[in-house]
Amino acid sequence: MTGLAFTLLLLAAIAGYVWNRRAASAIRADGTALHSLANYHGLYSALGMAVPVLTVILIWLSLQGVVIDRVVMGGLPDGTLVGMGGGERQLVLAEIQSIAAGQIFGTPEPWKTAAAERLGSLRAASGWLLVAVVAGLAALFLWRARARVAAPFRARHRVEAIVSGLMIFCSVVAILTTGGIIAALLFESLRFFSMVPVSEFLFGANWEPQIPLRADQVAAEGAFGWLPVILGTLVITVVALVVAVPVGLMSAIYLNEFAPRVVRSVAKPVLEVLAGVPTVVYGFFAILVVAPALRDAGTGIGLDVSPNTALAAGGVMGIMLIPFISSFADDALSAVPRALRDGALALGATRAETMLNVLFPAAIPGIVGGVLLAVSRAIGETMIVVMAAGLMARMTINPLDSVTTVTVQIVTLLIGDTSFDNPKTLAAFALGLMLFIVTLAINVLALRIVRKYREAYD
Amino acid sequence: MTDITPADRPVRTATDAVRASIARRKRKQSILKGLGMAAIGFAFLMLAILVGSLLASGYKAFTQTHLTYEVFLDPEEIDPERPDRGDYDDAAEASLANLLGLDGAERADRRAVHDLLSDGAQFQLRDMVLADPALVGRTIEVTVPVADPFDQFAKGLIDRETPERNRRVNDQEIAWFDALDAAGAISQPLNTGLITNADSRFPELAGLKGALIGSAWALLVCFLIAFPLGIGAAIYLEEFAPRNRMSDFIEVNINNLAAVPSVVFGLLALAVFIGWFGMPRSAPFVGGLTLALMTMPTIIIATRAALKAVPPSIREAALGIGASKHQVVFHHVLPLAMPGILTGTIIGLAQALGETAPLLLIGMNAFITSAPSTPFDSATALPTQIFIWADSPERGFVSRTSAAILVLLAFLITMNAIAIFLRSKFERRW
Repeated sequence: MTGLAFTLLLLAAIAGYVWNRRAASAIRADGTALHSLANYHGLYSALGMAVPVLTVILIWLSLQGVVIDRVVMGGLPDGTLVGMGGGERQLVLAEIQSIAAGQIFGTPEPWKTAAAERLGSLRAASGWLLVAVVAGLAALFLWRARARVAAPFRARHRVEAIVSGLMIFCSVVAILTTGGIIAALLFESLRFFSMVPVSEFLFGANWEPQIPLRADQVAAEGAFGWLPVILGTLVITVVALVVAVPVGLMSAIYLNEFAPRVVRSVAKPVLEVLAGVPTVVYGFFAILVVAPALRDAGTGIGLDVSPNTALAAGGVMGIMLIPFISSFADDALSAVPRALRDGALALGATRAETMLNVLFPAAIPGIVGGVLLAVSRAIGETMIVVMAAGLMARMTINPLDSVTTVTVQIVTLLIGDTSFDNPKTLAAFALGLMLFIVTLAINVLALRIVRKYREAYD
Repeated sequence: MTDITPADRPVRTATDAVRASIARRKRKQSILKGLGMAAIGFAFLMLAILVGSLLASGYKAFTQTHLTYEVFLDPEEIDPERPDRGDYDDAAEASLANLLGLDGAERADRRAVHDLLSDGAQFQLRDMVLADPALVGRTIEVTVPVADPFDQFAKGLIDRETPERNRRVNDQEIAWFDALDAAGAISQPLNTGLITNADSRFPELAGLKGALIGSAWALLVCFLIAFPLGIGAAIYLEEFAPRNRMSDFIEVNINNLAAVPSVVFGLLALAVFIGWFGMPRSAPFVGGLTLALMTMPTIIIATRAALKAVPPSIREAALGIGASKHQVVFHHVLPLAMPGILTGTIIGLAQALGETAPLLLIGMNAFITSAPSTPFDSATALPTQIFIWADSPERGFVSRTSAAILVLLAFLITMNAIAIFLRSKFERRW
């Protein structure tokens, strides 16, 4: 049905375009000068109809599921839902939906079958109603647009206004996305903090997000203190930076000052390849090659290295960040005014001295900005740590141990079937909120540093 | 400062001092240069190890060990009236036991040959019979995959010299397998199943079809949403927006969105698209929607750069002959900027293709044994399939995972090559 509605919309748009264009051309053929080209009369009809009708369709589609579910659940025989919690109601609804979809397991109660039938008929009715509404609205708009075709009608202005409106909408989507992220994270986090006190989350040193299956279970309260989780994130971030910063900076210095043109033209694309490898590939690399190698090396010198050692995840993440830091540092070094470089060289400094004593200090704000952005990337990086880091949260700063990170916890808490009514699921959103705030703060700081630095020379 | 030195001592002039220091300073310079080269070398080495290890473990999954033998479709096992209920497992196994000369042997022994065959063998037989019920009662030659342990044994991944109890194939099975091999029944053709099969619990049957189609749907949805929205937003911000607080705010938003961790977009999709709007879980449509939100900032930034690169003289000329602001942009500036926009879009889509974390959160890591036929069916995507296989305990999935990664990388390389081609072919320098 939905497909039919969209097809109808498309056909109506084409019909409207052709109809109005013909009408306008006919006026022109009579010898009257049009204000707008016939083309614009056609576009006015098509766009003037398509935009509102498409809006109606999208609103309809986004609301129909919720409304139909409400009606079905409300129409169940009296007393069936008495004493059920939100989760159980969800289960009943899911079962009715799967019966309606034809997946029947065992023999469901007759009221469920009846509800499933009603669900099916409601859906069909909603589909037909949608098609009817689309057809009616389209006809109305097309007729109105056709009635407006006249020589002095400013069709081009109208079309340009509609297009401008559409473009403004496109730009606002970015704001809507940010708003959606903040709303989703805040809303779910607030529900989490109504179950778990904020102070426990922020200052608790225990992270054991189990939920009790039975009320009388011992020691299954679940502990939601994020300190060990953020500590683990920091350990892995530090390991990543220890790898990425020296290698990235050194390669930027080399490429910027010493490398022959040929080397530069080869090395830059290769570094870009390193940056373009999907993180899931790095994650597999960490568990396939790096972690076993580190473990063997550790056994060789008598160290006990955990199979999920933070060194493996952090080291591979560092490799991922090398091109990031190197390109930022390269840009920062290139942005230093030529006069500084020439001045230093003219005084007799070697190229190394120019680099270390003049260019590098001048580029430091830009480089710091790049490193900060790399920190934010490392904190938010997910797949490498999900695959190569541990699951247990521990208060340790030993990189040979297995540690967990914020993103690992978000993914493990939400993988599989999730319902939105227990603290375990909602804890992921609280962690997500923290992640969002921390990365946002670092990004803003980094951009501010970079911008301030740029102003110094312009 | 002049040193008064006795005449018999060699005079240490300023030139000597400079000469000595020059050597030191040159040495410093070569140390710095050496460190730089070492850093570049380290990056190159890591890339080489990454690609090399994937190739080394992945190339074996591009062939699959098959067994070709004759199967008697026993009418006692398979009722010609109801071929869908037949015991194909038994038929496949009995014929193999006979081939190995176990006709008279104990039933338990005969059952043991079952381990040689993949579970896919019986389904392959069933599909053949369902397609042509007249086959029942006849003897047909089939080529079926062998079970994963024997696939690995044939590829040399399981060592014959390992003590029997540490080996996944026992001595008896090796003897059978060698006998079949000597009879020429074992072959290792190209593993087309890797592309044409959907996912499976059994490594020898698992393929990427579902993941490829799921990724294709998700990318299509992502393109259809992100491309128009991104271009619209970029044109507005670059060509029409007044310089005021609102457009500054939009710009800050876009730059921030580009730096938000991908897992947060997954949380957004889970809470808003699935939780509030009730969209289906694991669906490529929702995945595409999420990826579109992530790709949009990339497209906007690329489009704005491309629009900026069109020289003002084009705009001025069009305005000069009476075009409206919209006509200038849509008839002249946009077509000239299109190669740059397309390049940016393809690069953005390539990033989206490799994105995993948000897809995990919306459930695109489900175990699904059929390919999706619409974007609303449950499916996996290429990167999430890699994640699932990397997590599987079976040894056979290790090389499958590497092979899947090689397939993903091949797609990424192709997309980036297209982008580079477009840029070099159509980009105009003014």
